[in-house]
Amino acid sequence: MKHIGVIIELDKGRVKEANFGMITLARAKNVKLFAFVMDGQAERVKTDLESFGITTIVQVCLAPDQQNNPVTRAKAMIEAIQEFNISMVFGLSTAMGKDLLPRIAATLDAPLVMDCFFVDLEQKKAMTYQYSGKTIATIQLTGQILLFGVRPNAIEPVKAQENARILKSDSRHLVARDLRVIKSGGTEKGAAINLAEADVIIAGGRGMKNSENFKLLYHCASKINAAVGASRVAVDAGWVPYSMQVGQTGEKVSPKVYIACGISGSIQHFAGMKTSGMIIAINTDENAAILSNCDYYVKADALEIIPALTRILDNG
Amino acid sequence: MFPMADSGVPDYFFRLCFYGEQQMQVYVCVKHVPDSAAHIAILDQHRIDENISFLLNPYDEHAVTEAVKIKKKYPDSEVIAVCLGKADAERTLRSALAMGADRGILIVRDKNCDIRITALALKTTIEQDGKPGLIFTGKESIDEGGMQTMFRIGALFDFPVSTNVVKLDIEADKAVVVCELSGGITDTYEMSLPCVVGAGKGLNIPRYPTFPDVVKSKKKPVVKIDFRDLNIDDSLTGMRVVELKPLHQARQPRQIKGDAAAVAKELIRILKQEAKVLS
Repeated sequence: MKHIGVIIELDKGRVKEANFGMITLARAKNVKLFAFVMDGQAERVKTDLESFGITTIVQVCLAPDQQNNPVTRAKAMIEAIQEFNISMVFGLSTAMGKDLLPRIAATLDAPLVMDCFFVDLEQKKAMTYQYSGKTIATIQLTGQILLFGVRPNAIEPVKAQENARILKSDSRHLVARDLRVIKSGGTEKGAAINLAEADVIIAGGRGMKNSENFKLLYHCASKINAAVGASRVAVDAGWVPYSMQVGQTGEKVSPKVYIACGISGSIQHFAGMKTSGMIIAINTDENAAILSNCDYYVKADALEIIPALTRILDNG
Repeated sequence: MFPMADSGVPDYFFRLCFYGEQQMQVYVCVKHVPDSAAHIAILDQHRIDENISFLLNPYDEHAVTEAVKIKKKYPDSEVIAVCLGKADAERTLRSALAMGADRGILIVRDKNCDIRITALALKTTIEQDGKPGLIFTGKESIDEGGMQTMFRIGALFDFPVSTNVVKLDIEADKAVVVCELSGGITDTYEMSLPCVVGAGKGLNIPRYPTFPDVVKSKKKPVVKIDFRDLNIDDSLTGMRVVELKPLHQARQPRQIKGDAAAVAKELIRILKQEAKVLS
């Protein structure tokens, strides 16, 4: 029976929502599904993982001072992959996955496709977007061990109840020598809602006019558990930090709903958000490209619409 | 005399990277990619029509800029841009030279490469050319977006690697890097040298070449190497694009009309009933 492994990402000890879609993708008949937990306690996430079909949970143990070291983490995962004879490894294409998965793949000299939204386990093919989201590429992987980075939110999670046992993979002997962690954003980060994993993103562009007006977006976003993004114009103007940029040279996102406020919708911006479930555009310019490539549009000033939306949410 | 690091201790970076009389070498791996604004047409269901405008991958501009910054600090060092591509990729190398790289190496190959083969070709070429003190790449390419070349080069050399680097300091015999995670959160790592750095957008503001820079770049040397001369077994490919399709979107825009309050009310309805993201 084929052994497939999923690397679970936790947030404050709980399984991040995006993992469930990834597990759904990795599940198949005649496959033994392993979940690797490197942070937090396997016991605490057992129920959640069982409900999506995981039958074995592997707690990967690291030395305390190596917990945040990306090199040690990759080496520990390699030990676990080898120990449990895993032939396909799934992880999320999040900030953590974008570091961890290529490290594993490079060390094993194994193929890796990042940002997949579909994987055919039988045929060993992965689908991903290429050329600024203008094309869908199907990639054939060949090798003993294959790795896949799964785009968060790309797959609808489907439950499948199983019972799981917990095993340990002890990698406490590992120490990274050539890379040392000086300061780690660590696991307490979480505070800001992660763009790549958010269900709803409210993003602002030129139409926001200044940094102060972005507060309207933050306020509204906080009411619906949304993340706030921005177009390159807003970032280059210095209104918001680069980490908020959605687009070709920013985050690539696939939220369920993307609300674009005062964003014209350049090709480069679409490269980062065109795979959103629903796009709602609010723009005063009726010639803005985004109005012809969205699901709903409002010809109005986002600086009026967003506060009105917040008012309704405020009043429950 | 070796330059002094900010801490006042002799800069071991220089000593470490000095091999006899040889200069310290900083390699920048650059990629020739389609302009993101270009229309992508697909041929034979698996490749693109390359008769469009190509340019230096945007993240690689940050890599070149940072390498040139290091050269300013250590004037004896040399910045070498390396590119694997077809003959016309020389234009991308010239862009890197116009941005301040000293010379270029073009590994010419008529076929597109698997990322593993690309990394191996870059590694072999760098190794044959000199002794790298630092190797830069962009954090990803905007065409295929593999996000792994830097790690593969690092693994082949057995050098430490960091990616999405937004701050780099060379201190004595190590590199201190700040890497951006999501949401503006960062990690800071210290790597021994030589190392591989995947440049992120926050690393610097690329200095675009002036006209004299462009003129000068035309006189800088570019060496062409035939991929076949590297003796790399490319039958061992692990990732192959078997199909490429245009991503068609059939969104049917519908207008929401009314005053701000009415629009807001309708938006709430859409978020609740259609998108089901509000309860």
